[in-house]
Amino acid sequence: MAEASTVLRRLSPLATQNTVSIGFLPPMTRITLRGEPDAARRVGEVFRAELSPDPLRANAAGARAALWLGPDEWLLLAPEQAGLAASIEAACDREHGCVIDVSHRQVGIEVRGTAGATVLNAGCPLNLDLKAFPVGMCTRTVLAKADIVLWRREPELFHVECWRSFAPYVLGVLKQASRDCGF
Amino acid sequence: MLLIPCPYCGPRPELEFRHAGEAHVVRDPSLSSDAAWGAFLYARSNTRGVIAERWRHASGCGRFFNCLRDTVSDNILQTYKTGEPRPDLALDAATRRQLGDVAPDQSVAATEAAR
Repeated sequence: MAEASTVLRRLSPLATQNTVSIGFLPPMTRITLRGEPDAARRVGEVFRAELSPDPLRANAAGARAALWLGPDEWLLLAPEQAGLAASIEAACDREHGCVIDVSHRQVGIEVRGTAGATVLNAGCPLNLDLKAFPVGMCTRTVLAKADIVLWRREPELFHVECWRSFAPYVLGVLKQASRDCGF
Repeated sequence: MLLIPCPYCGPRPELEFRHAGEAHVVRDPSLSSDAAWGAFLYARSNTRGVIAERWRHASGCGRFFNCLRDTVSDNILQTYKTGEPRPDLALDAATRRQLGDVAPDQSVAATEAAR
């Protein structure tokens, strides 16, 4: 069992100057692509960010990012822009891929701070150590009872995507976890 | 918590996975009788020991894959992609003991002897 002083050092914001801030992100354009590598390559050219075939990797180019979710599935994130889905769909031959605008299906949540991983680990069973979950890694996983997409943008900045109807629950779980950690 | 090695994502917590029944159950198009159709739908091997199962990484990459699991010890021995043949696991006696796996006939004999 951990010594009380160890737990305090780890959890108390006063002892370690740990910080965490959690909040909704502004609306953005989100597009899912299911398709073969050829379709992914063509979409990447239009989207101006390569859709990496490497598992669990997010490729960020400026404000745009292509997140690997499965061997033939990507989530594209971009600042709000009307017509982006249509231009991508035009680039992606329907026979080889499926492009869907899911901008309003999902909500983005930002978890920032030195204690971000600790707070996320209250509900997420993945190892979020920087060695096991490095910057640029992304995956679909669970947070308590909700499915989320988790993406580490910076060592102390996580991007969480969850379905719109789960958003109050996910934010509540994260806020409660941060309170439990003493923030 | 079990760590299940997804063939696409690597070892991941069991919370992310859904079980999807026995693997390699192939429909025979020549099935004609109701009994044969019923057996295809419902009869499963119910193996005591190593069994091939379908699993889905539902809260991960979303892909189905196959998994060799020991139903006695709950050890997951190997996972492989859907469409690949079932790997031939040649486990020696020491490994089987380590996994807590005993051949069904031996365990029945042992139970009988204990009585």
